[in-house]
Amino acid sequence: MKQNPPLSNEAIWQLLAEIKDPEIPAVSLLEMGMIRQVGLAAGKVIVVLSPTFAGCPALQVMQAEIEQRLRQAGASAIELRLSFAPPWSTDWITPQGRQKLRDFGLAPPPIHAGRLHDALQQPAICPYCGSTHTEVKNDFGPTLCRAICYCHNCQQPFEQFKPL
Amino acid sequence: METADLKTLRETLTSLADDELILGHRDSEWCGHAPILEEDIAFANLALDEIGHANLWLALLARLEDADPQSFADRLSFWREAADFRCAQMLELPRGDWAFSILRHYLFDAAEIERLAALSQYSYTPLAEAAAKIQTEELYHLRHTRLWVRRLGLGTSESHQRLQAALNQLWPYTSQLFELTNKPGGPVLGVDFRQARLAWEAQVLPFLAECELSLPQGQPLALDRQQHSPHLAVLLAEMQSVARLDPQAEW
Repeated sequence: MKQNPPLSNEAIWQLLAEIKDPEIPAVSLLEMGMIRQVGLAAGKVIVVLSPTFAGCPALQVMQAEIEQRLRQAGASAIELRLSFAPPWSTDWITPQGRQKLRDFGLAPPPIHAGRLHDALQQPAICPYCGSTHTEVKNDFGPTLCRAICYCHNCQQPFEQFKPL
Repeated sequence: METADLKTLRETLTSLADDELILGHRDSEWCGHAPILEEDIAFANLALDEIGHANLWLALLARLEDADPQSFADRLSFWREAADFRCAQMLELPRGDWAFSILRHYLFDAAEIERLAALSQYSYTPLAEAAAKIQTEELYHLRHTRLWVRRLGLGTSESHQRLQAALNQLWPYTSQLFELTNKPGGPVLGVDFRQARLAWEAQVLPFLAECELSLPQGQPLALDRQQHSPHLAVLLAEMQSVARLDPQAEW
């Protein structure tokens, strides 16, 4: 039987780049800034994952998919660690990730460097026309991470990824 | 860790988890019944958040107990009897009218943010980290419920009257939000919740006055986290019914 070659660090990152966020399939876990660390120790693949919202029901789906993909690629021992420190921030979403969110119709959150109160005061930028003449209609939307907004310029409702 | 500290830590985690779980269940009761569609969505989200936070606290407790992390949260949520829960009594009261649910949530959200700020300084790192994580998310809850308290307080005479009635009923229960163990008063594991309570009052009292609400007369209730109102058993009968129909079911 042909043995799989041992996975390299690079191969693991590449594999993780293909796993999408199940609630926002336009972006990968990597683009969301959720994968904090990848390592190999004594034949074991270690992945450190920072959950977005603590109550996010997609987390288990993501964990299962990471495990499954790594196994398919030949990893026999996998350790998936959740990390809360520092807590995941929307500042960690990569520039490519932010562009993909926008293309998906989801306004990316402002970069806030930990000043969440300030971020909450800033109007969302409409992903369709780029206007800031917008208003939050509901801080809660179809998933924990999205708020419902309205653009007064192009008169479109849209969603924003909430700053965290 | 000393045995006595470990016991206190377990009690604290159980109280934190049960507060979130029971309030989360009460939130979920508005699903399909909230006054407007946006609030139906908001309360379903609040429920998901709070239950998710309960899950996080229970994961820490599972680690301390060296229990199977996959089944521990379900076992505690669905198979404990009312007497073994440690939630604050304020959170188990029936959801009441909209004003009652909003005000309860606001009082709790404001208290929780102060509790978490205190706990994020705590020396047991996994708990401090979880507290810091949850704290950022709670800002959204507080922002939402605060808006509604103002809207109802300064709204019509009926909305104001309902909100005042809710405050009269809820206020005596609030001190229990800062008593997470049965050692009331002093610092718990080096965390002084009296400071958290003062910070909470400094924020809540002027805001309630701004919303033209007045605090009821009378003493706060002396409550014990081992004792519950009859409402908790009724809530659990519903919350646990599906899991208990088929103990072997996998989900």
